[in-house]
Amino acid sequence: MSELLHAFGDGAIVAKRNLIKIKRVPEVLVFVLISPIMFVLLFVYVFGASIEIPGVPYREFLIAGIFAQTVVFGATFTGAGLAEDMQKGIIDRFRSLPMSRSAVLVGRTASDIVYNLLSIIIMSLTGLLVGWRIRNSLLDALGGFLLLLVFAYAFSWIMAFVGLVVPSVEVINNASFIVIFPLTFIANTFVPSENLPGPLRTFAEWNPVSAVTQAAREAFGNTNPAFPVPEVWPLQNPVAYTLIWVAIILAVFVPLSVWQYKRSATR
Amino acid sequence: MSVVIRASGLVKRYGDVVALDGLDLEVPEGTVLGLLGPNGAGKTTAVRILTTLLVPNEGSAEVAGIDVLADPDGVRKRIGLSGQYAAVDEYLTGFENLDMIGRLYRLGRKPATARARELLDRFDLADAGDRPVKTYSGGMRRRLDLAGALVAEPSVLFLDEPTTGLDPRSRTTMWEVIRELVTGGTTLLLTTQYLEEADRLADDIVVIDHGRAIARGTADQLKSQVGGERIELVVESSATLPTARAVLAEVAAGEVVVDEHTRSLTAPVANGAKSLVAALRQLDAQQIDILDVGLRRPTLDDVFLTLTGRTAEHDDAVPTGATDGGSNP
Repeated sequence: MSELLHAFGDGAIVAKRNLIKIKRVPEVLVFVLISPIMFVLLFVYVFGASIEIPGVPYREFLIAGIFAQTVVFGATFTGAGLAEDMQKGIIDRFRSLPMSRSAVLVGRTASDIVYNLLSIIIMSLTGLLVGWRIRNSLLDALGGFLLLLVFAYAFSWIMAFVGLVVPSVEVINNASFIVIFPLTFIANTFVPSENLPGPLRTFAEWNPVSAVTQAAREAFGNTNPAFPVPEVWPLQNPVAYTLIWVAIILAVFVPLSVWQYKRSATR
Repeated sequence: MSVVIRASGLVKRYGDVVALDGLDLEVPEGTVLGLLGPNGAGKTTAVRILTTLLVPNEGSAEVAGIDVLADPDGVRKRIGLSGQYAAVDEYLTGFENLDMIGRLYRLGRKPATARARELLDRFDLADAGDRPVKTYSGGMRRRLDLAGALVAEPSVLFLDEPTTGLDPRSRTTMWEVIRELVTGGTTLLLTTQYLEEADRLADDIVVIDHGRAIARGTADQLKSQVGGERIELVVESSATLPTARAVLAEVAAGEVVVDEHTRSLTAPVANGAKSLVAALRQLDAQQIDILDVGLRRPTLDDVFLTLTGRTAEHDDAVPTGATDGGSNP
């Protein structure tokens, strides 16, 4: 129990250190925030004219998908930040201190929630400017945002593991591109999944990114009976399906990442 | 006096490369051990094992009476480490770095802050304390890193090449700081490739090469292994060389070596300054004009060269028969 408390206490100290870096190198943050704005505008104005969703304006359909894609991409930061830390002298300081062995990971994933929160706020404002509307209660909408953040947090732990395994920051950026692009595109994020060819459609329907997108869409009220949800369990129960994935990812990748951190710490 | 740092039979292999090949060390309480060796000799590997950053393939180690492998966290609570690459966060200020370390040592919020300010003062970083470390010079980063190692007032300190890459002035400052610490009773293990550094700071020296200890003792003991003091003399005119040689032969404890090209003579002596004074009287009586004269003690460079056939700063073997001629185009 005290080990857990220490992990959180020390993790908070490391998270604070990560957040100070945002303050000192604001360029990074600007870049983090500009790319979601760019995505919103690109999709609304480039694809928006050609994609027809029954009963829902495309820009309303799209926003939840962009949110999901952006927070999943945000996890790359966790990996890149860790990979960078592992190469720097400061990690030797952390390792030589009697601090919790998981604090560096707990702190990193925690500070990345702040990154994701900021990008969700920026994207929401951009979305509202180009015609996205929340058609449910604010409380429902907040539930949607919360689920996105929880999913993103779990995803951060996957990238934390990757960040500990790869030899450099460049590798993680390229590697995550290969994994995250298909994961966020073979989904219901930008087009309805029933338009996809057979195997891709099945993948999209069981893809957790589709579920979190669907859940957010429903939370924001960006759905319409004229555009029914596919008859598959994950999309019929998107919140439950998302939370199952969150639980599985955390159960696997938290211990795995901590183990990997300890291992690379003693090589 | 109890032994505070003990390593027995440490072996560390990276694939086929043997970084440590059965290293034994003992550092009594309150003393300084200088671990001396060229690049790649295994100094850093030894420090990383003793500070729990690395697990050896074989052997055991104990720091402050605690088994390094069995209770690494117990060791971490009692040691301070400052490495060759300053382990500071360059986006944080000096104060934020030290404060964070204090918090991670669980000193508590207020004591951590107070300790950080105190250390910044002590290491002459008070003015720069609220600037990001990015703006610090190399010497300032090292001092901050050393301050970081001292946050929890450890009784055992490991310094891995604390002055490598520093300019001479920063190095002298660093030496003063380290000497002060040692006076305060800290047990210190110091690695260095600078013989002068080991000579100045260490009570005992272990020379390591290829992962094993090749010599140990005090600086004086090591020096006496390669011979005692000698007189070095340079005369004005080559015409006086034979006379000068005869004078030196009177006081010498061995063979007098003459280099006609530089008009210099070297003679090993047994009685140090007494021999020098005797030689000078005779040289004056013979009216030999002297350009330069001195009593030279062997340096650790001589020790290293004698032990390994290599100089300490370069890893290449000294070309035995090489002279000026022959290889020039």
